[in-house]
Amino acid sequence: MSNRKKDDVTGTETTGHSWDGIEELNTPLPRWWLWTLYLCIIWGIIYTIAYPAWPMVSGATKGVLGWSTRANVAAEITAHEAKNAKLVTALLGTDMEALPANADLNRYAIARGGSVFRANCSQCHGSGAAGAKGYPNLLDDDWLWGGQMADIEYTVRHGIRNEQDGDARYSQMPAFGEILEKEEIAAVVEHVVSLSSTDYDADIAAAGAAVFAGNCSACHGETGLGDRAQGAPNLADAIWLYGGDRQTLTNTVVNARFGIMPAWGPRLTEADVRAVSAYVHSLGGGE
Amino acid sequence: MALIDKHAILEKSPTLLLVASLLVVSVGGIVEIAPLFWLENTIEKVEGVRPYSPLELTGRDIYVREGCYVCHSQMIRPMRDEVERYGHYSLAAESMYDHPFQWGSKRTGPDVARVGGRYSDAWHVDHLSNPQSVVPESIMPKYAFLKETPIEPIHIEALLKTHRFVGVPYSDEQIEEAQSDFRVQADPDADYDAMLERYPGAAVANFDGQPELTEMDALISYLQVLGTMVDFSTFTPDASR
Repeated sequence: MSNRKKDDVTGTETTGHSWDGIEELNTPLPRWWLWTLYLCIIWGIIYTIAYPAWPMVSGATKGVLGWSTRANVAAEITAHEAKNAKLVTALLGTDMEALPANADLNRYAIARGGSVFRANCSQCHGSGAAGAKGYPNLLDDDWLWGGQMADIEYTVRHGIRNEQDGDARYSQMPAFGEILEKEEIAAVVEHVVSLSSTDYDADIAAAGAAVFAGNCSACHGETGLGDRAQGAPNLADAIWLYGGDRQTLTNTVVNARFGIMPAWGPRLTEADVRAVSAYVHSLGGGE
Repeated sequence: MALIDKHAILEKSPTLLLVASLLVVSVGGIVEIAPLFWLENTIEKVEGVRPYSPLELTGRDIYVREGCYVCHSQMIRPMRDEVERYGHYSLAAESMYDHPFQWGSKRTGPDVARVGGRYSDAWHVDHLSNPQSVVPESIMPKYAFLKETPIEPIHIEALLKTHRFVGVPYSDEQIEEAQSDFRVQADPDADYDAMLERYPGAAVANFDGQPELTEMDALISYLQVLGTMVDFSTFTPDASR
């Protein structure tokens, strides 16, 4: 290859290879391309020195800039918290019942609570908080365990009937399928229907009233208005958690229901618990 | 140019060319493969991570079989928005007994790395049976057949042994008791203390609310343990990682 020759036609150097008299030109790479390649190599070397890169026996090389994803996210969260620190301190220091009166702080709490709600609560209660079958609607003023700020906050913090939190709200309706006769159940269902509807059989409902007084009134009240201290639903307001048709009511009476809400105290920060309580309270039913 | 001019020697000898090519390729191989032999060293030690219980492991198989990983990741990345939505970012140790890991690469649905304990068992039954009944805007398919598909722990010892073969430290006792642990976890009336000793923190419940054991029980037991093994109130991450 030392015998470099120039091609007569183009004037370009040849490689010296020749097949049947056809010679291979040794056209140089375009300068810009070559320099881009060299720059990339230099960039690559600098990058692997500056940032974590090479895998070693017990972890990758750290890089001289000390870049760390974990440190970055921690710093980002700290910076964000610092921006809200004043409001959060105020929120933590305020009496929750007095919060709605403090317009600025309340606005912050509701905005913060809204995002907490959408990330954590919407899966059961719906993204608009209207609930679903078995998961209470939070927009109306029908509360199972109370709709005052403190009640809502307690429910959020400790949950309902869960096993993780010893302070969770708890009550259990007996499964009346094992206690009452079929006719009695049909009668009491008719009575419950009669509490909020005009479409019922008066004779059967009258028979059911006696069954209701004997078995249900202790929790649901003599007139079926419920008892928030025990989480016993109001049966007279035509708002149903599982459904108000005779079939569903029979099912509820026979098997009872046992809805569970997780405790959010351990999962959310104190500020988030307060904020989401304020949000739920603000939805329309707050007392 | 002296060295470059010598490449004719390589080009003219196939044997030499083969040996030299092999040398060059093996550099790439060593850089990529060798660190895997010391992979254990790179996983930080975290308290609380334990092998899956037999029922959870079966649920995990169902999770893989149904391709849940296609839409749900199990990897909370260290970014503020993810940490605020899903909880503490995932640690390598939390998937060290996953064979294969379920990190996923696509989120059509939300991340489920810390879904454990977030919702009630009944919610999972409702949601898996008919996701739109609780989340109307969801596009998740229905998996109602899970609660109609009974399961028996017939291959459970083999499953545990297979996982032991690939490095999950199941003890002989855990493999011996696999059958009973499997049943006991879905039966709150049974004597489950020994099972809980072998698998601390496992959720014991009749997950699907039906008397018989179904795939729904197994899957929910798995979902309820996800991300719950590490106690982050006592864990301080090594910030330099």
